[in-house]
Amino acid sequence: MDSFIELAKTLDWSPLWISLKTGVVATVISFFLGLWAARKVIKKDYRTKSVLDGILTLPMVLPPTVAGFFLLLIFSRRRSFGIFLNDTFDIQVVHTWLGCILAATVIAFPLMYRNARAAFEQIDANLVYAGRTLGMSELEIFWRVVVPTAGPGIASGTILTFARAMGEYGATSMLAGNIPGKTGTVSQRIAMVIQDGDYATAGFWVVIVLLIAFLAVFLINLITGKHMKNIRKW
Amino acid sequence: MSQLYADIHKRIGNFELDVLIESDARRIGILGASGSGKSMTLKCIAGIEDVDSGRIEAGGRVLFDSASKTCLKPQKRNVGYMFQNYALFPTMTVLGNVMAGLRGRKDGNRSAAMDMLKRFGMEGFENRLPGELSGGQQQRVALARIMVTEPGLILLDEPYSALDGYLRDRMQLEMLEMLDDYKGQVIMVSHSRDELYRFSEELFVLDGGKIIRHGATKDVFADPGCIGAARLTGCKNFSAVDISDEHTALARDWGITLKTERVIPAGTEYIGYRAHSLEPVWGERQDNCIKFDLVRSDDLPFEKNLYVQSGGEGEGSIICWFIQRDAQKDIGKKGYPDYLKMTEENMLFLK
Repeated sequence: MDSFIELAKTLDWSPLWISLKTGVVATVISFFLGLWAARKVIKKDYRTKSVLDGILTLPMVLPPTVAGFFLLLIFSRRRSFGIFLNDTFDIQVVHTWLGCILAATVIAFPLMYRNARAAFEQIDANLVYAGRTLGMSELEIFWRVVVPTAGPGIASGTILTFARAMGEYGATSMLAGNIPGKTGTVSQRIAMVIQDGDYATAGFWVVIVLLIAFLAVFLINLITGKHMKNIRKW
Repeated sequence: MSQLYADIHKRIGNFELDVLIESDARRIGILGASGSGKSMTLKCIAGIEDVDSGRIEAGGRVLFDSASKTCLKPQKRNVGYMFQNYALFPTMTVLGNVMAGLRGRKDGNRSAAMDMLKRFGMEGFENRLPGELSGGQQQRVALARIMVTEPGLILLDEPYSALDGYLRDRMQLEMLEMLDDYKGQVIMVSHSRDELYRFSEELFVLDGGKIIRHGATKDVFADPGCIGAARLTGCKNFSAVDISDEHTALARDWGITLKTERVIPAGTEYIGYRAHSLEPVWGERQDNCIKFDLVRSDDLPFEKNLYVQSGGEGEGSIICWFIQRDAQKDIGKKGYPDYLKMTEENMLFLK
């Protein structure tokens, strides 16, 4: 136990903050993007829906390294789009914190999108129609009726997105690399110290990740459970 | 031009909706079986569903006109729509729901919404969520939410179907009261002839996406005109007829020849007869009588349903005779009648 506290005192805590920051930013982006995409997709006809749904879900089913490969292809400073971003907007993605965010967002976004879509599809269309006949604007109906009614599904989507974004490893390591204090996330730190045979530090980080993951799942149950008291056990 | 004018053509897969509703009546009813297109008609008027072609006018405004490419958004139509399940916003309080349709200043809206809730006897419930209310209370909130926006036209889509027995009767009366000071037109859609008989001044009967009969409600019930409308207004006995001359017709399903004083309208294909209007006859056979040959009898709480085998052939050969409890005394005394008589004034001549 003493050695544990000793470890905590001497530890470089930067991976935790980088992971948390990345998780928060990626979640905020995914949240709005996911709601927007879900809203667009459910209005499409069956065929367009299947195609769009496939594309939007792809990052979740692909190995993260494959997503990382594509991201590198796009943003590498040796290729046209990367050069364009660098020269015109002075934006660098590869080996920067922006890369961390991008990788985490791409990988975690489908979780938000899919949960939001499922929640939207459960909504009684009459609620939307009623809003329209009452003179509410489409935007007002969306934010004041649809999103609150889909609340539990959206909340669990948000938390899953956060958890996934925080734990992202594959795509992040390819796009952002593992630069301590800059792009070195918790997942990458664990992999790195294991390679050095430092099981104590790895174990320490594992405990922290476990705590955060458990907290996330606990939060989902808390939020969704409150709205589901009327569901009977079977 | 009438206040309400709705000429709607719409195609959905194999179903074709093709209706013309024109009326100045304050209370308009649309009677139809499920799948007849009656809810679709309301949704087209409200602008929730697109219309292929036609023209819709209400409250002195053109809402849709395919000729001039006018199509107002539902938000701009000023048409109140009460959904079958009320569609109250589940995460908003009662007050929030009633205020949802109001634009402009918050405090003015709040007091307008509170006034409306008070009018509908929902004072003290403003902070409840819809899920915590009974069906009748939800309906009141739904109506308050509509009325507070001062719509030019109100549409009621099967308003009582989510309620049961006692509450359904109570809410029918309540609805009439609540709508009493509403000056605009109200259209109610239902499959229940009782609800519409009580509610509407003018009635449109919808079958398979077409209006098959319309007119003053009492007239439509007294003379449905066609077999589809007669069925929807609750007529139980039908027979195909062969007209021999202007006063004689052979009812094939019932196996009897009917004689009438008045001229049978040309083109009559069926005769309908309401199950409550059959008259029992003891002793001698009279004109327009069917021999009483009982096949089955069912007891209901307030009436008795008797099924009699007539002499004819076809779908309508079994005749239903419904008798109210207190009218059963005669049968108690004299036993079952020998014949059932169809009186001329109760015969429905149908196409």
